[in-house]
Formats: sequence, C-alpha cells, structure tokens
Amino acid sequence: MKILVCLKQVPAKDAPLKLNQAATWIREDVSFETNEPDAFALEAALRLKEAHGGEVVALTLGPARAAQVLREALAKGADRAIHLDAGEAAAGAPPLDAFAIAEAVSRAIAGESYDLILTGLQSDDAGYGQTGVILAELLGAPHATIIMQVEPAGERRIKVKRELESGNFQFVEMPTPAVLTIQSGINKLRYATLMGIKQAKNKPLARMTLEEIGASAGLNRQLVHRLFVPSKSKGTTLISGSAKEQAAALVAHLRNDAHVI
Amino acid sequence: MRPILVIAERKLTAPGRLNPASLEAIAAAQELGRHLQAPVQAVLLEAEAAGGLAAELAQYQLEAVLHARHAALAAYSPDVWTAALVQIVTAAQPSLVLLPHTYQVRDFAPQLATRMGAGLISDVIGLSAAQGEPRFLRPMFQGKFAAEVGFAARQEGAPGFATLQIGAFRADAAARGASPAPIRDLAVTPPASRLQAGEVFQEAKQAVDLTQAPVIVSVGRGIKEPKNLDLMRELAAALGAELAASRPICDAGWLPMDRQIGSSGQTVAPKLYLAVGISGAIQHLVGMKGSRTIVAINKDPEAPIFEVADYGIVGDLFAVVPALIEALRAAS
Ligand SMILES: Cc1cc2nc3c(=O)[nH]c(=O)nc-3n(C[C@H](O)[C@H](O)[C@H](O)COP(=O)(O)OP(=O)(O)OC[C@H]3O[C@@H](n4cnc5c(N)ncnc54)[C@H](O)[C@@H]3O)c2cc1C
Repeated sequence: MKILVCLKQVPAKDAPLKLNQAATWIREDVSFETNEPDAFALEAALRLKEAHGGEVVALTLGPARAAQVLREALAKGADRAIHLDAGEAAAGAPPLDAFAIAEAVSRAIAGESYDLILTGLQSDDAGYGQTGVILAELLGAPHATIIMQVEPAGERRIKVKRELESGNFQFVEMPTPAVLTIQSGINKLRYATLMGIKQAKNKPLARMTLEEIGASAGLNRQLVHRLFVPSKSKGTTLISGSAKEQAAALVAHLRNDAHVI
Repeated sequence: MRPILVIAERKLTAPGRLNPASLEAIAAAQELGRHLQAPVQAVLLEAEAAGGLAAELAQYQLEAVLHARHAALAAYSPDVWTAALVQIVTAAQPSLVLLPHTYQVRDFAPQLATRMGAGLISDVIGLSAAQGEPRFLRPMFQGKFAAEVGFAARQEGAPGFATLQIGAFRADAAARGASPAPIRDLAVTPPASRLQAGEVFQEAKQAVDLTQAPVIVSVGRGIKEPKNLDLMRELAAALGAELAASRPICDAGWLPMDRQIGSSGQTVAPKLYLAVGISGAIQHLVGMKGSRTIVAINKDPEAPIFEVADYGIVGDLFAVVPALIEALRAAS
C-alpha cells in the first residue's frame, strides 16, 4: 500500500501560549511538536507498511520549523517526505484554515496515486477537525473519521473501526483510495532509534512552496477576527501557599464550606 | 428572509428518537434567528417506514420541518447523508446551516460544506450577529483561547455551515410553537454508498459504575508514569474515593477503560471530583462538569480545568498530593 500521512506541527503541550499583538493568533516564540493524533496516524501507517508492504510518505504544511515533524517521521520509518513550505509570512499572518490546507495538499499530491491517506482527527491548535474529510471530498475519495483500527480487506479494500458516541463502535469497509482520520490511542507510538535518525538524513525530503502550487490563506473560508482568554464561568477559589498550606486550606474548605468531606 | 436550517439527528442507539443535541441546535438557531430576523427550519432524514419524529420536531417553533424519506436513509453513511443534504439545502436556500457537533456530524459536515462550495465553522460555543452576518465563538488551542470567527466572503447565495459544541446551548431553551409547524415532504435521490457499515456495538460490558461514587479522584497525564498511580490510590483511599482518569491514561492501559471519564467514557456528577494533572479538554469536561464540588490540581495556571473548578491549586502535584494525603489523615 502506498500511504500518505499528513502531519501538522503545533505548539508543545506544555508551552505557555501568549497572543500576538493583534490577538489574531499566538506568538510563535514557543516550542513546537507533532500534533498528537497525527503521530498516531503515522504509527498506523508504519504498522500497515510493516505488515503488508508498501511505502509511507509524510507530508506537512507549515513554515520552515515544521520540517522537524518530517525529520522525525523519516527517523521513525517513513520512506520520504514532502514539505509544503508556507514561508515565514505564515508566522503572524492568518494561518490557512482547514479548507485551504486540504486544497493545498490535494494540489500538491495531484498526479500521485495513494491507496490510503491518513490524518489525525483534529489538531491541537485550531481544532477544526475537518482537514481529512475535506481532502477526501476534494480527491473524490471515500472517508471515515475517528478511526481506532485499520486493516486491509481484500483487493483494494480496507476495513476500519470507527469510534462512535458513548462507547459505541462500528466496522466500516470501503474501497481504496480512501482517507481516514485517526484517533489518539489507536496504537502505541514508537520512538525513533539512533539508526533511524541516521538513516533519515539520506531519505528524500521534497519541498514545494505554496506559491508553486497556487495555495494561500486567500482560499480560507473562515476568518478569525480575534482570540481571547475565555472568562471563567465559575468563581474559582485559588488556594496559594506552600504545598502543605495549600493542602490544609483545601481540607478546611472541603469540610467547612463545601461540606463534602 | 432566507431561513436558518437545523439538521436534526436521530439517536444512534434508538433511531426512533431524537438526539437531544438536535434540540440544542434548534435553541441556538432560534436565538440567532431573533438577532438576524430569520425563520428557522429543521431537517429530518428518515427511512421510508419510520414515523413520529417529524411530528415531534414540529412541536417546536419552526417555520417548517423538512422531512426527507428514502430507504437509503435507514442507516448513516457520509455518502448518502451528504448527497441528500445537498439536495435539501439547495432547495431550502438557507443563509446558515446549523448542526450539532456529534460524531456523525463530524463525519459528514465538512464534506457537505465543501461540496456546496461553502465553509464550515466547527465546535461553536456562542453565537452573535454583526452587520447582519453571524459571528461565532469557538475554542482554539484546546480551550486555552476562545476565537471570534466569521465566514470569509461568500458567493452570493451560498450558505454558511456551523457545528455547535454539545452542551453549549440548552435543549430546554428550544421554544415550542403555538401550533405545530408544517411538515414538508422532500424527495431525495441519494446514490449508493461507497461504504458498507456493520452493526453498532459496544466493547465488553463495563465492570465499574462510577456514576454512583460520591467522591472521585481523577488522574491525567500529569501523573507522568504508571507507577505514580500508587500515590493516587493512596489519595483516593484517604478520601474514600473511586479512582478515575482522563482518556490518555486509559488508552495507555494504566487504568482500565471503564474508569475513563468524558465524552467517550462515563459521565459522572459526584459530590466531590478531584482532578489531578488533568488539563480540562472539553471531551473530559462534559463528563464531569455537573459534579457538585470540583477541585483541580495542576501546575499550569492557564489550564482550562480551572474554568470549571470550585477550588484550584496551582502547583506540582507530586508535592501537593502527598501533603494532601497527610492533611486528610490528620483531619480524620
Ligand atoms: C472524539 C474525542 C473523544 C475524546 N474523549 C475523551 C474522554 O472521554 N475523556 C477524556 O478525558 N478525554 C477525551 N478525549 C481527549 C481529550 O481531548 C484530551 O486529549 C484529554 O482529555 C487530555 O488528557 P489529560 O488532561 O490527562 O492530558 P493533558 O492534556 O496532556 O494534560 C496534562 C495536564 O497535567 C498537568 N501537569 C503536568 N505535570 C504536572 C505536575 N507535575 N503537577 C501538576 N500538574 C501537572 C499539565 O499542566 C496539563 O494540564 C477525546 C478526544 C476526542 C477528539
């Protein structure tokens, strides 16, 4: 199977985020990492390749720093990578929305025929949860979302397990090429080995600019007017002091005010 | 005035009933409709044989219920839903289409919007209007920020699409009409689905019922390693609490799945819920925000869990939890 995995670089989980001057996006002077569900998508692709053969291609769209997620994917076992370089204007300017990203990816891979395209089910930054499904529509391919298992089901078919609400699941079969959005926790992530990191240096990493493929934030279908810190809906009592003082104060509150212990 | 269209959803496990999130969407559409002076219509997709639900929807204050029936609509498929809804939306000419942000909607709505040349704003938690255009609030960066979002310039006549976060609008605020709304039957001709779906099923039955526990200590990825669960068990014992967890803890197998709290786990409302090292993602919050007293221990003062907490301790859980165990033992 020839598998494309779309990965996004997002702020690291524990990065202290601050808004930019215009309050339209965050300040970029934080550390970044691979979006978590995308890492699970990559792992799913690598496991399919190991079990059934084929090729895994990693793709990201983002500024220069985003190439790091590709280097990591190559070190973990992807065969080659494609960087859709959004340029430095991407820092600060409105980022591409889910539609514009999917459009850019569909243009970048036109002419290549993948059996399977995997994305994470949503990104930890914008959280649109749409890119994979829009990409499927633009490619005219069937899709399924929030996937917890993938396996081949005969010639040019796959069987997937969809997660549904309140602990329900469903198996779905479809022809390939198909697009799947992968849920976190579908598998156990591997670490890159030293050998893998070494080999990655010799694997092809192609770069295309958005201009070259005719994509930009101009394709966006939604506009972010401003970001702000949400106001607290509850009057939280914050308990300060040393750990010991905090513990004593909490016990007193729970006993005397909340009457729950 | 072009209507606001609400796409109602049937309950996954009881297709003869409405998913209550549909009523939240009706309430939201009615509220926005008042701002924009637009009527609200609801859409129901059903198989030929079904009945009753359209009349139930018609009880609400709606301009019309658009009732599409077709044998292919018996079971969900994105191909079928998208094709049927393209026909319905094209005929109804709405300015805006609102859907509840359910698993099903997440699966087809981006496809539907894209096929109609339109944008979709997902996971909306608030609605307003500016110069006759709808404005939406939605979380970004895992709830650390909220964003005010609108549609980019649209083609004349193209609708906008938005999905509403479950629980963000109140189902009981959906206004009922003085008389039933007219039900209009619509013919749709969806193509055969490329996907073949099996039965909906549950994994092994749940062994633990956390809904009855009066006190719950819930742990998240902040505990770092499975061996630290021992410390959390000590805390739970000191409080006479059940131990529960966020999803990543159960995904990793550190605790069994039936101890997971949240949209894909159990929904609980104990008298005391102690969240330790949990960030407070919306999928977690929906499973516990009804708790009577919520305590959050987290080293990040910006963690969204503090938005629902009654008592917050900003600090290192590895220092706070041992001190808390000691204080609880001393107090008992
Ligand atoms: C469709 C779908 C369904 C989902 N269903 C669920 C669900 O049912 N339940 C659920 O929980 N999640 C669910 N999720 C996942 C959810 O989005 C979050 O990813 C998850 O809840 C995060 O878990 P967490 O808070 O433990 O981890 P993180 O978000 O990684 O948070 C860890 C927290 O620990 C804090 N921390 C770290 N170290 C320390 C320390 N030493 N002391 C104090 N604090 C510390 C950090 O500041 C951080 O806030 C679902 C997601 C999707 C997309």
